[in-house]
Amino acid sequence: MKNLKKLLGLFLALSLIVVSLAACGTKEDAKEDNQSDKTEDNQTGDNSETGDMEQFIIGGIGPLTGAAASYGVSVKQGAEIAVEEINAAGGVTVGDKKYELVLNFMDDEAAAEKAVTAFNALMDDGMNALMGTVTSGAGLGILDLVKEEGILMLTPSGSAAGLTEPDNAFRLCFTDPLQGITMANFAKDQGYTKLAVIYNNSDEYSTGMMEAFVEQVKSNGGEIVASESFVTNDVDFNTQLTSIKATDAQAIFVPAYYNDAAYITTQAAALGMELPFLGGDGWDGVIAQTVDPAVLEGAIFLTPFLATDEKEAVKSFVTKYEDKFGATPDQFAADGYDSIYVIAAAMEKAGSIESADLIAAMTQIEVDGLTGNMTFNADGEPNKGANFVVIKDGQYTAN
Amino acid sequence: MKLVEYIIGQLINGLNAGSIYALIALGYSMVYGIAKMINFAHGDIIMVGSYALYVFIVLMKMPVIVAILLTIGFCAILGITIERIAYKPLRKAPPLAVLITAIGVSFFLQNASLLIFKANPIPFGTIIKVDAVNIGNISISGLTIVTLVVTFICMAILTLFINKTKAGSAMRAVSEDKGAAQLMGINVNRTISLTFAIGSALAAIAGILFLSQYPSLKPTMGALPGIKAFVAAVLGGIGNVPGAMLGGMLLGIIENTAKAYISTEVSDAIVFGVLILVLLLKPSGLLGKKRIEKV
Repeated sequence: MKNLKKLLGLFLALSLIVVSLAACGTKEDAKEDNQSDKTEDNQTGDNSETGDMEQFIIGGIGPLTGAAASYGVSVKQGAEIAVEEINAAGGVTVGDKKYELVLNFMDDEAAAEKAVTAFNALMDDGMNALMGTVTSGAGLGILDLVKEEGILMLTPSGSAAGLTEPDNAFRLCFTDPLQGITMANFAKDQGYTKLAVIYNNSDEYSTGMMEAFVEQVKSNGGEIVASESFVTNDVDFNTQLTSIKATDAQAIFVPAYYNDAAYITTQAAALGMELPFLGGDGWDGVIAQTVDPAVLEGAIFLTPFLATDEKEAVKSFVTKYEDKFGATPDQFAADGYDSIYVIAAAMEKAGSIESADLIAAMTQIEVDGLTGNMTFNADGEPNKGANFVVIKDGQYTAN
Repeated sequence: MKLVEYIIGQLINGLNAGSIYALIALGYSMVYGIAKMINFAHGDIIMVGSYALYVFIVLMKMPVIVAILLTIGFCAILGITIERIAYKPLRKAPPLAVLITAIGVSFFLQNASLLIFKANPIPFGTIIKVDAVNIGNISISGLTIVTLVVTFICMAILTLFINKTKAGSAMRAVSEDKGAAQLMGINVNRTISLTFAIGSALAAIAGILFLSQYPSLKPTMGALPGIKAFVAAVLGGIGNVPGAMLGGMLLGIIENTAKAYISTEVSDAIVFGVLILVLLLKPSGLLGKKRIEKV
């Protein structure tokens, strides 16, 4: 009996080790990255005339492991490139001082309770400004803490409406409702009056976009002929699609992430449906997730960033990113990159690194980033244009 | 006519989902029936099987048939190994300890594949290409038919195996009373190993068909179908092989009918509501045998 207990203990311990290893791997990587960044930065610092720059610590919070890991990893990698560029160019000039940027990125697995832990740890480590969170749910979880601490928070990609509620919280990406409204107006321009929606009713991102879309379609004089929902991790959409097939819908709006979109478009094609698809920025990455990209032909979605864009800044970013990480950057990487530049711009404008001054400076800056030329209003929302992307011949093309 | 087509179309959608649930539930139910434990790692063996198929076909470029056989073999060995390492030492422990260990194994498999294959989903196309069958305007996808046939064959072979062969008799004996079976000269350890081998091989087959229907690989892909199949097994009467098939089909049809006619939002609530109702009226499930507890 004792032996059995030992064996059980051993096994449980082993499985715990593996679980924690899964998380640790990336944490250690993150630390190493930071350290290597620091050493590189120090070198560049030595080369320039300002021998000893002070450090400005930007905390990052986002999922580096778990189901949403790809978003957090992209934001972190995009941000790293911006930090490197800025430090290589001599850091950020604040008044008469120069600051070296340091990115301290922590994993929250896209979970609110983990984000709280990460936020507290970052505050203890002397964070000066927060770039986070990457996902909305985690961000809503730390909002009270952020309000209390009064630190500048800039979420690169959290799009839930309530995320900019505190005065010190800003957002770089579009809000969910704004995306829904934009797509509804786009549908009207295309002459679609009867529309169907399939949305994830267990996800704020999806429902937020859907509600605004439905409202805008109605006020544009259109009609929602089918409103079907699903929950996270669903893989079978045949029922919803069969229901839509029985209506006279002219297009299907799918405010969901790329893996859902891949299943939905594939199953729609198998059911012989030829309706055009409309989507939100969560569709970015859908081509890589679809076995046969022919099913995506003609789908249109909204995105702030397209890696195949011909703009010089985008090209240079894509080259650097591909060299460093061996992958094509997505919009999350661009959001991370722009966030760092926005924070740097706020530092320069404020002429101080006090949180109150940084926050006041946010509404006065104008940044020409990868995701467009943007300014921020007092509500913490960005003003920037939208790009529509069409999938043609298995490629993302600007519309 | 259009309405009839729509109703039949939705029924076929239900059968489509149900046939996968049924196939997964077979393995669940069989392992429970013999070893008297709920193997929560069953869903994750489906995931391992799917990744194994991907490795054999895409990374090692093996022919499809060889890859399928290797996948089934790999999962069978994995099942035996898990049983030896994680469950065998707990054979005399209270059921709760085994249940928790099974959950541990489930996490272990998910996180191990997260380490190896990373979190990003991998798209992987179907390896089964069968043309759809068209009756009038109604089209049944080839995969649905293949899944139904495979599930039915697995169920028939499994039932025959358990009831007609010597090894099957040994399994039933072990399920009745391990101690007495051992006294009768049955090798209990080997019999339970065989049970896990067959259960995991079934999970591998389910994984291959699941992947053909829903072509994307994720470390957590086995969790939800695993739970749904567990519900199906309980609905049909856990431990009963034809019951698992019936439970799976019913679950698929109820779920899809609820989605199509009531609301996509409450379909899961309806599915579990039906489960509660069945368990209230017939606690051992639809086809389950009433067991008199000896005190």
